[in-house]
Amino acid sequence: MPYIPLKENLPGITGLLDYRLDTALPIRQLTHILLRGESTLTEGERELIATIVSNGNECKFCTAAHTAAANQYLDPIVAEKVKADLDAAPVSGKMKALLVIARAAGKNGRLVTAEMVDTARGEGATDRELHDTVLIAALFSLYNRYVDGLATVTPTDPGFYDRLGHILHDKGYLPSEGRYATL
Amino acid sequence: MPHIALPEGYPGIRSLFMYSPVTAQPLNDLVQTILHDPATSTLTPGERELIATYTSSLNHCKYCANTHGAIAKHQLQGNEQVVKAVMKDPSGAEISDKLKALLKIAAKVQEDGKKVTSGDIAFAREQGATDKEIHDTVLITAAFCMYNRYVDGLGTWAPDDPAVYDALGKQRATEGYHTKPFKVTTP
Repeated sequence: MPYIPLKENLPGITGLLDYRLDTALPIRQLTHILLRGESTLTEGERELIATIVSNGNECKFCTAAHTAAANQYLDPIVAEKVKADLDAAPVSGKMKALLVIARAAGKNGRLVTAEMVDTARGEGATDRELHDTVLIAALFSLYNRYVDGLATVTPTDPGFYDRLGHILHDKGYLPSEGRYATL
Repeated sequence: MPHIALPEGYPGIRSLFMYSPVTAQPLNDLVQTILHDPATSTLTPGERELIATYTSSLNHCKYCANTHGAIAKHQLQGNEQVVKAVMKDPSGAEISDKLKALLKIAAKVQEDGKKVTSGDIAFAREQGATDKEIHDTVLITAAFCMYNRYVDGLGTWAPDDPAVYDALGKQRATEGYHTKPFKVTTP
């Protein structure tokens, strides 16, 4: 049971983004820029950053939602490995180094070390990729706390996340009419 | 030393806003709404700045804690004492029981949203907190867990001089979050 009254058909973050529209809009815009805007990282790679941070923060709703979104772009084995054993995950050396930074930043920004950054640069990461990785990790540290701090509902049906993953793939993150009609 | 090349003369998140204007826009829209606009919350801007300050302090984000501490001071008629007391321990600060209860929720959200219990929520309600105030407290805390990570995760510059923070605080308390940052010269 959420701590505040939210629409029953909108679990997890979806109900919170419906509760206060004036704050939802900039949060949605930021997410859309970072995860779907122009970038040298693919949409799938950026969803993996959201996934590893949410997994590290043990936010079940966000982890399942962004795993499903990543699976829209990548073989499902990739997100599974990134969560369970990053070293063995089938991603590029650059991506592995960025995910290490994201995981650290998701705990506390001060845990990102110069060595981690040097490693990422050695694998070819640019300033912009480093910036976006840290900001995505920071943004999901917001989402994870927002979702769990108000005790929103976490659906247990895997089909729910599959449907949400399709919406995140097809519509992105900006507000749209009937966005959750298929949820 | 910042982890990426940022414009010189701008501390903390200001250097990141200059580096990436496209993400600065929604980040500033959000902070303006959750902290500054008087009509968007029944918590005063001063109370909301105290939540942001307390969260930043718990995250050990020097730049954000000092900057929002200074903004809070300017929003609270220059009452620096209450800002320092909240950062040390809200239970001993001269603030309302409602705000104390909300800061207790904030401390748990800062650590992990799952730490918040129905007892914490019921206690805040007994002190007069509304649903919206509970929501806003959780969102402000969650948002500052974002801003703090952005600022520290890229190793931005946090000045040592309290006078710099006072100037930053005065600007934001009076102008809000949408005006241009000024250049900070280091001695």
